[in-house]
Amino acid sequence: MENEFLIQTEDLVKIYPMGDHSLVALDHVNLTFKKGEFAGLVGPSGSGKTTLLNIVGSLDTPTEGSALVLGEKVEHLSHKKSAELRNKHIGFIFQTFNLLPVYTVYENVEFPLLLLHMSPADRQKLVMDALEWVGLADRAKSKPSQLSGGQSQRVAIARAIVKKPEIVLADEPTANLDAENSHHILQTMERLNRTLQTTFVFSTHDQKVIQYLRRKITLLDGKVDKDELIDTKRN
Amino acid sequence: MIRFLLKGLIRDRSRSLFPVLTVLAGVMLTVVLYCWIQGITEDMIKSSANFETGHVKIMSQAYAAESDQIPNDLAFVGASELLKELNARFPHMIWTPRIKFGGLLDIPDEQGETRAQGPVMGLGVDLFSSQSREHSLLNLNNSVVRGRLPERPGEIVISDDFAGRLKIELGETATLISSTMYGGMAAHNFIVVGTIRFGIVALDRGSMIADISDVQYALDMEDASGEILGFFNDSFYYPGRAVDLTAAFNNRFQKSDDAFSPIMQTLSDQGGLGELLDLMDTFSGIVITIFVVVMSIVLWNAGLIGSMRRYGEIGVRLAIGERKSHLYRSMIAESLMIGCFGSILGTIVGLAISYYLQVKGLDISSMLRNASMMISDVMRARVTPTSLIIGFVPGLIATFLGTAISGIGIYKRQTSHLMKELEV
Repeated sequence: MENEFLIQTEDLVKIYPMGDHSLVALDHVNLTFKKGEFAGLVGPSGSGKTTLLNIVGSLDTPTEGSALVLGEKVEHLSHKKSAELRNKHIGFIFQTFNLLPVYTVYENVEFPLLLLHMSPADRQKLVMDALEWVGLADRAKSKPSQLSGGQSQRVAIARAIVKKPEIVLADEPTANLDAENSHHILQTMERLNRTLQTTFVFSTHDQKVIQYLRRKITLLDGKVDKDELIDTKRN
Repeated sequence: MIRFLLKGLIRDRSRSLFPVLTVLAGVMLTVVLYCWIQGITEDMIKSSANFETGHVKIMSQAYAAESDQIPNDLAFVGASELLKELNARFPHMIWTPRIKFGGLLDIPDEQGETRAQGPVMGLGVDLFSSQSREHSLLNLNNSVVRGRLPERPGEIVISDDFAGRLKIELGETATLISSTMYGGMAAHNFIVVGTIRFGIVALDRGSMIADISDVQYALDMEDASGEILGFFNDSFYYPGRAVDLTAAFNNRFQKSDDAFSPIMQTLSDQGGLGELLDLMDTFSGIVITIFVVVMSIVLWNAGLIGSMRRYGEIGVRLAIGERKSHLYRSMIAESLMIGCFGSILGTIVGLAISYYLQVKGLDISSMLRNASMMISDVMRARVTPTSLIIGFVPGLIATFLGTAISGIGIYKRQTSHLMKELEV
């Protein structure tokens, strides 16, 4: 039972001090995520979506309560351990791609593997696999400046999944993309989710993303307002 | 990872070219400045040693006490015997006797009346004996402007400027009017066979050089010498060895109850040269320190600008899971690569400029018209083995400090803000 959930939050509270008062970003949030979920945190700005992603991604710690990620209590992790957790088990996709401009597509995707001290042969295989998954193997030698927005985000996805993490956290991944590219990206992520059983957790208020989710968690004022499973029957 | 960093460095000019150029400029300036200071210091030491102080100098104690007045009445007699003993006891040194004197050089007309006259600073040196090293010590052969050096008794050379002022032609007679060792008036005729220029304003203003035997004869100083100068064989001054030698000599020869017993002094003991050399060392240390500090500030700023420019990259690397300490170390490694590369290039350029300045020099004679220091009128840099490594001190330390200080920001960066920061 203990290992059933990749992510489990218990009475998660996050309070930010704001001068002489404080802002409650998360208010006793209880959520669990299983392996292979394709879930999204939706809600208006300030509802606590990014804060929850931060804590689950071990970038932040809760004020109260507990966040158990892959069996590790985030609030008890040292900087070194939380970096290790992110490095080995969590992939991040950002709104603005955040590719390293001086490196090629191949090198951008390769970077997380360098931190894992893999052999060059293993790295090459994993990078090319990841680029194949996102359909950009032929652009391995291109620089980010030579790519379109959609292609850049697909490289960012390849970078996030190249180490085959259990969890991918995506913060507004389609915010800077047009409709066509957004659908392309989401289809890519859905395919990866089904093929690799990687758990995807999105933070979004984009309807294009929401229609792909199999689970939609609505946050309102730091609380879970709705947590619903969605039957997706597209196309 | 090193290859990954190198690729980034090579491709991103703002991370490589600009910092390398900054380091290059700083290192080059440090090397040139260091060589320049070394050149001036060595030139002063060499000029002072060769013309004035030797690496060590032996005088009578009484002469030493009044040496700035050139008191030849206090010179010691029996110089040849002392020279023999010095050559026997300290064969690794070059020993040479000298007599300095002052007087008037009078140029008579056809009737024997004074045609021109001027104060002269004279130097009696061993020009004729086969074992004499004075020609090389005083660089005499290269200093001849007109005519030749004395080859026979009774011949002298005078400084070219002096000859011009006196309007004297080669082969003419010049009368030295001075005082003998015993206080009497000395007047002796010499034939001017050449003119010289040492490139040292204090000497070129009005000097004459004659063989020491002629001067001994003219000033009634039979077997006497005002000074015996000693030089290390390789012509470099070694302060420690000079001190040891001086102590050994003085223990053996100096007698507290005999004012005419010889005393040896090192170059540093004479004319405040020791303090001057210490001052030069301090000055050079201060200059290097200032460079390290200034360059650290410049590179700190360059590091800050670089870090700000790479804010996104650093954030992504932290989010991906790179540890702060690893990121910090990689930035330090980058800076050391930049520091090494910039230092090597800066040292090469600095050495090239210094070598040019060593060969060509910078003519400052117009600034030294009334100078009385033993300083060359062409200032030269001097490339030494230390010049090869001196630039690496500011080059590496400054880049290291600059990055180390600016990189502290990585530790202050909160990962909890990364998502928001990376949205920009």
